[in-house]
Amino acid sequence: MFETVLVANRGEIARRIIRTVQRMGLKAVAVHSEADAKLPYVREADESVAIGPAAPAQSYRDVEALLEAARQTGAKAVHPGYGFLAEDAAFARRVQKAGLVWVGPSPEAIEAMGDKIRARNLVAEAGVPVSRGTTRPVGDVEEAVRSAHDIGYPVMVKASAGGGGMGMAVAGDEGALRVELERVRGFAQRMFGDPSVLLERFFPRVRHVEVQVLGLADGRVVALGERDCSVQRRNQKVAEETPSPAVTPELREQLFAAAVRAAEAVGYRNAGTVECLLDADSGEVVFLEMNTRLQVEHPITEMVTGIDLVEQQLLVAAGRPVTFDPDAVPAAGHALELRVNAEDPVRFLPGPGLITAWEEPHGPGIRVDAGYTVGNTVTPHYDSLMAKLVVHGADRAEALDRARAAVAAFRVEGPKCNLPFFAELLVHPEFVSGDYDTGIVARMRV
Amino acid sequence: MAMEVRAEMVANVWKVVVAQGDSVADGDTLVILESMKMEIPVLAEGDGTVAAMHVSEGDVVQEGDVIAVIE
Repeated sequence: MFETVLVANRGEIARRIIRTVQRMGLKAVAVHSEADAKLPYVREADESVAIGPAAPAQSYRDVEALLEAARQTGAKAVHPGYGFLAEDAAFARRVQKAGLVWVGPSPEAIEAMGDKIRARNLVAEAGVPVSRGTTRPVGDVEEAVRSAHDIGYPVMVKASAGGGGMGMAVAGDEGALRVELERVRGFAQRMFGDPSVLLERFFPRVRHVEVQVLGLADGRVVALGERDCSVQRRNQKVAEETPSPAVTPELREQLFAAAVRAAEAVGYRNAGTVECLLDADSGEVVFLEMNTRLQVEHPITEMVTGIDLVEQQLLVAAGRPVTFDPDAVPAAGHALELRVNAEDPVRFLPGPGLITAWEEPHGPGIRVDAGYTVGNTVTPHYDSLMAKLVVHGADRAEALDRARAAVAAFRVEGPKCNLPFFAELLVHPEFVSGDYDTGIVARMRV
Repeated sequence: MAMEVRAEMVANVWKVVVAQGDSVADGDTLVILESMKMEIPVLAEGDGTVAAMHVSEGDVVQEGDVIAVIE
């Protein structure tokens, strides 16, 4: 097995990966931009390399700088985390070409799933249910109007290369479609360098339910549980839970089977997530996309299964068997994740700044994956995630109780912080009932 | 009466949507800021005419900086 792993990421996820690498008796190399030199993950790594200025294009997305850092430190494997180059097939190829182990799926699998239209057609062929939508990028506006007419309004206008809730908009009628199409195209060109847009049926009341899968070294694909990610603002998740209160044992069986089929369709190895939409009214499930990386919210799956997903990723990448029995995946209790962001709790506008106080909650079932600590500065260069508060309980009620206490005990001063939003969410009748959908945050703010 | 529209956070000016002299209505997007991987539209808080635009695309604004003046 490789002895040294370069973690090509920053903040909480770099720190979390470093922790497992070291627990396995391996050495962890951190890379950091000028803006991140003082963050905990840099200090905790066995070695760290400054790779460039704050701008991601010149640091965390700079392939040459990352490969040079690996060469300098003798790292033999690269873990990309999430975001940045995690789903960049060209980077995965470069890593492999440099003779290093890529801790992730094959570049081919990344490519197949990275193009949303191709991914949907591919999984549909494998027998996975998909929603009505265009089967190729829409050409001009008139073609989009005809397609939308066939799909039926409202439609979702989505950048093919998008992700993380960016580059999508809902159009309720033809007029709105003409406006949104241009807007999403412009955004996609600028953000992803690819203006392709697709149209999909838009479900007004949906839950976002995803399945954690793991493709083993021997070729088998296992489903490790679902996560409900329906608490979203700006189409981005802020709180997740597992198991999903909306998923019955029968539905779970269907979901897992569909997720495994989707992953098998691309010969998937390593950790990945199959995202689905669950129509809250009909119980119908459709494939949304597959994220070919470790997900931000992976810790809740770890809390209920007791499986360290990063450890499995490293073992699979090394061609080794996993630490658990793939035919009997354990599942115990209920887990929640709350994304503690540097943003205000009312309008969710970001507010970076110097952290003047930072006290994490402790206790049974509490895990905090933090990227920062007191004295660090949250800068505007990267996303607003400061920490993930992860809570486990014997059942949902206990998990909620522990989460309320943990939120009350978590003290962050300096940057804006959305902890007060979670205090509200955790006593909100709709959330407490478990019967909520992706509109919950908007309804809380009416 | 002149209304100053100010930045609510440190951000990059991604897009300037209106220009000096344009008439705008309550809720119209004036500029789109970008911070922490988020797009944040800055909206007109009333009807009027754009008397001055104080930012250009690519600028960095600090919290409290004046972005535009609406009359």
